Amino acid sequence: MRQPVWKTYKLYIGGKFPRTESGRYEAVRDADGALVANMSRASRKDFRNAVVAARSALTGWSGGTAYLRGQILYRAAEMLEGRAAQFVDELQRLGLSRAEAQSDVERAGDLLVNYAGWTDKFQALFGSVNPVGGPHFCFSSPEPTGVVAVLTPRRIGLAPFIEAIAPVIAGGNTCVAIVPIEASVAPISFAEALHTSDLPAGVVNVLSGHRSELLPHAASHMDVNALAVWEADGDERRLAEQLGAENLKRCFFFTPAAQDEVTGNPALLMRFQETKTTWHPVGT
Amino acid sequence: MASRSKPRSLAAKNGSAATPTPKITQNGVATDGGSKEAIAVPGGAINAFVNETLYAPAPESTDHVRLEAKYPLFIGGQWQEPTDGGYAKTINPATEATIAEVATAGKNDVERAIGAAREAQGKWAKLPALERGKYLFRVARLIQERSRELAIIESMNGGKPIREARDVDLPIVAQHFFYHAGWADKLEYAFPGETTAPLGVVGQIIPWNFPLMMAAWKIAPALACGNTVVLKPAETTPLTAMKLAEIFQDAGVPEGVVNIINGGGSTGAALVNHAGLDKIAFTGSTEVGKGIMKALAGTGRQYTLELGGKAAHIIFEDAPLDEAVEGIVNGIFFNQGHVCCAGSRVLIQESVADTVVARLKRRLDTLIVGDPLDKNTDIGAINSREQLGRITTLVNAGVEEGACIYQPSQSLPSRGFYFAPTIFTETAQSHRIVQEEIFGPVVTIQTFRTPDEAIEKANNTRYGLSAGVWTDKGAKIFKTTSALRAGVVWANTFNRFDPSAPFGGYKESGIGREGGVQGLRSYLRFE
Amino acid sequence: MSASAPTVSTHLARVLDANGSAPTSPISGGLRYQAPSIDEVGVAERVARFRSRSIKAESKRAAIDLAMRMIDLTTLEGKDTPGKVRQMCAKAKNPGAGAPPVAAVCVYANMARVAREAVQGSGLHVAAVSTSFPSGMSSLPLRLEETRWAISEGADEIDMVISRGRFLAGEDNAIFDEVAQIKEACGPAHLKVILETGELQTLDAVRRASEIAMDAGADFIKTSTGKVSPAATMDVTYVMLCAIRDYFERTGRMVGMKPAGGIRDTKTAISYLVMVKETLGPAWLSPDYFRIGASALANDLLMQIVKERTKAYQSPLYFSAD
Repeated sequence: MRQPVWKTYKLYIGGKFPRTESGRYEAVRDADGALVANMSRASRKDFRNAVVAARSALTGWSGGTAYLRGQILYRAAEMLEGRAAQFVDELQRLGLSRAEAQSDVERAGDLLVNYAGWTDKFQALFGSVNPVGGPHFCFSSPEPTGVVAVLTPRRIGLAPFIEAIAPVIAGGNTCVAIVPIEASVAPISFAEALHTSDLPAGVVNVLSGHRSELLPHAASHMDVNALAVWEADGDERRLAEQLGAENLKRCFFFTPAAQDEVTGNPALLMRFQETKTTWHPVGT
Repeated sequence: MASRSKPRSLAAKNGSAATPTPKITQNGVATDGGSKEAIAVPGGAINAFVNETLYAPAPESTDHVRLEAKYPLFIGGQWQEPTDGGYAKTINPATEATIAEVATAGKNDVERAIGAAREAQGKWAKLPALERGKYLFRVARLIQERSRELAIIESMNGGKPIREARDVDLPIVAQHFFYHAGWADKLEYAFPGETTAPLGVVGQIIPWNFPLMMAAWKIAPALACGNTVVLKPAETTPLTAMKLAEIFQDAGVPEGVVNIINGGGSTGAALVNHAGLDKIAFTGSTEVGKGIMKALAGTGRQYTLELGGKAAHIIFEDAPLDEAVEGIVNGIFFNQGHVCCAGSRVLIQESVADTVVARLKRRLDTLIVGDPLDKNTDIGAINSREQLGRITTLVNAGVEEGACIYQPSQSLPSRGFYFAPTIFTETAQSHRIVQEEIFGPVVTIQTFRTPDEAIEKANNTRYGLSAGVWTDKGAKIFKTTSALRAGVVWANTFNRFDPSAPFGGYKESGIGREGGVQGLRSYLRFE
Repeated sequence: MSASAPTVSTHLARVLDANGSAPTSPISGGLRYQAPSIDEVGVAERVARFRSRSIKAESKRAAIDLAMRMIDLTTLEGKDTPGKVRQMCAKAKNPGAGAPPVAAVCVYANMARVAREAVQGSGLHVAAVSTSFPSGMSSLPLRLEETRWAISEGADEIDMVISRGRFLAGEDNAIFDEVAQIKEACGPAHLKVILETGELQTLDAVRRASEIAMDAGADFIKTSTGKVSPAATMDVTYVMLCAIRDYFERTGRMVGMKPAGGIRDTKTAISYLVMVKETLGPAWLSPDYFRIGASALANDLLMQIVKERTKAYQSPLYFSAD
């Protein structure tokens, strides 16, 4: 009987798949105790490296056209669809029923398609031409906040992960996603799909790790512009804002939608946008 | 303090019929190298208009201004004596004379104010939205009617020139109420697809640089969105807020909708730490802003912060240079430089740097520093002794770090807090005066060679409130304004404000926006 | 005219020949003068600051006196007669209320002789408009001849117009040449070059026309004929003053400025003086370098002089209407 070739799950940083520099791992097992994968347990140095990658990717990603960002997100949906069976299989091994796994993967793809469509539309809805009382043309438009650290939901699945990162990158930000180890198998796999979606290196970085270990570093990192913590408890909120205050980090706390309600949300996308107001005189 | 340069004027001040023999210096400024000779006019008279640097005094009449000797707290629509606070004198920084005494709120007073606001909030939010708006329209009108009186008090209490208080602050104050009044019954159109509700009771803490304007920026949107407020003006500039309280009374705004309590840092802290508030809106220093964010961490109480800045002001070689020079002047000497979005870091392309600096210095020589209530004053009094000390310390640091200082020769009044307009050339990105917010009439000038270098230097800061760019080339404007990491970018203009234009910072310059439809978001709960 | 070495300039700097002969344009063929760009809104904001200056007491009295001495008292009508011109000259020499005489009278060339005789001995200048004023739509030889004739009739100042059509068509050299040749025809008479800014419309065009006129030898640059609306505005005058300042820095030659038309009251006139003072400095605050082309202004200044003296507001009935 032929033995299947197992996959090695690593981190995704700057378009590469390195192991954690710390050498640490944690086994994720199925309900029967069989090994699914030895996941890397990312360290603060992995986080630091990921922020460097995200920062260097920011200019290119935010400076490119919205149309291109839309196409790349749509391409990610295509890649996801092509590997749907693999993701369903992975999620089933982690305990989801076939129907749940299938629904999750479909929803994840649909979210990507939805946000792919938002990339070139939210500016028109949330920007404005301001009728100022003088001889000036004045307009305000959203611009990405920058590098966003995202602590993704704990729930196992691909959709909760996409729900957390898609609104960030659709708006032109780059992100470092910190995924709880028990929920990290599918997101790390998905990084491979992203990798083949023409997504520039560093736009999305995925770290599997412990929130309690990495949150303080994400919150205090002076080159992280915003922090999104999903399913934060009271202590996490306090920690995030207390440490985040040092560089006026924008801190957001989100609750994931119920599995069957997950849908794209431009208000979510707008949380990771700054408004820039530009003035110019009108004359000849 | 470094010694001041000699005054320079464009042309020789010689007899009217004689041909001047100018010396064109390296930077293009003609100097007479000589003294202030009187110009003889036909008939032998000395013409006072020609020869004086300044103009004859043109004091604003203050006889119609009504100020009480004492102002208690404005809580629940009534003037109330402080229970655990006291009274503090508030002065005119131009003369150091006491103008009035103003109550300071203790913890218990803060509690009472928040209680009054809470009691009023439900009814206020349930008013038909159009009626809520009508109160604000009424307030806008009353402000317009009393705008000269308010401008004078603003000038007396804060030190800003009456010209600015009259021509800039007060029109914007009235416009802010008028603009937001109209939003009250249109919120459903502002955020289609989202359900909104008022936040509740908002604590608002404002600075001393634009006392009444900041009160308007805070109160108008909050009220339009159905919130009630407790406003704390800055310790040194409480008086126009007291007059504003009178206007809310006159307008018949329901009691408790607006509560105004004065006090210093401890009163502010009592507000920030009070669990009975739904939000804190703060304008002030980045340092205090961070403290507020930490204090509110994990409480779920919302906050918007409008903080410090160190705006880059980029002058490209193809700019309309005379207007750019004026832009620099408006950018840094407006309101004595007490402006969070002041254009305090000027970056000039090397090919025109000498020309721009020469014209800027000449323009500085025509700026009139003095009595804020004189209609010709361009630069008034520094807001407080403390602020004057801070400016002086940083300017001394600039001199010690080797930057080259220029100040016009005009003498400053002997009483009151004044600081001469100051230009530093030969500055570097590493200098303290380039990195730190001075919040005074002090501008640093650096040069650059290419657009990329300008943008890199402009963005090389913890702040991101505003920026400016001057060029005649449209494509360059858009490239530059897009690349600048700042919430407000002025192209070929500077320091423009409008209630319809969102204002607020990137990075350490703050969180949230004020003004425009975007600013309403900060005063609503999204359900 | 001593000229310092030209320094950095926005175009090829030109300085008048030492011997005074007509210079040639520094640009050739279809090339156009380059001039710094102007932002219209920024200019308006700057001008608003000048207007907001509040000139009181001794400053006001001095400014009124100065404004009076800077007036080119003007009549330029098809119905002008020797009688009208003589009456105006009488007013120019002695405006009344203890006010000083004005700087000059400004008339059509065929009234120059009458004007010259009327102001003889007073030190007043006689300015004649020339060059097919106000349109300039004539041949250059005729315009040169008209200029020489006006001077022979007694004018010691010539107010010429530029060919706006050719300027707007891009013929900068033609403008340079006509100014240079008229200047040569003027001899010792002072030349004021009218740009007719109301027809040039943009401030960029005003700035460029100012550069050409100064380079070609203008003693004064002047805004308007008074026949086109808008005539002088503070905005165009400010742009011209900036051009004069830059030209002075480049060449060391002081060119004068004359706004004309639309300056009817004391407050406006004083705002112009504030603008000159703060843009060019006190050296230009003299009739040799700043003139105001006006007629109604004189009586408003007189009313203000009396008002300052008596503290009572005045009625036009008490001031001669000439």
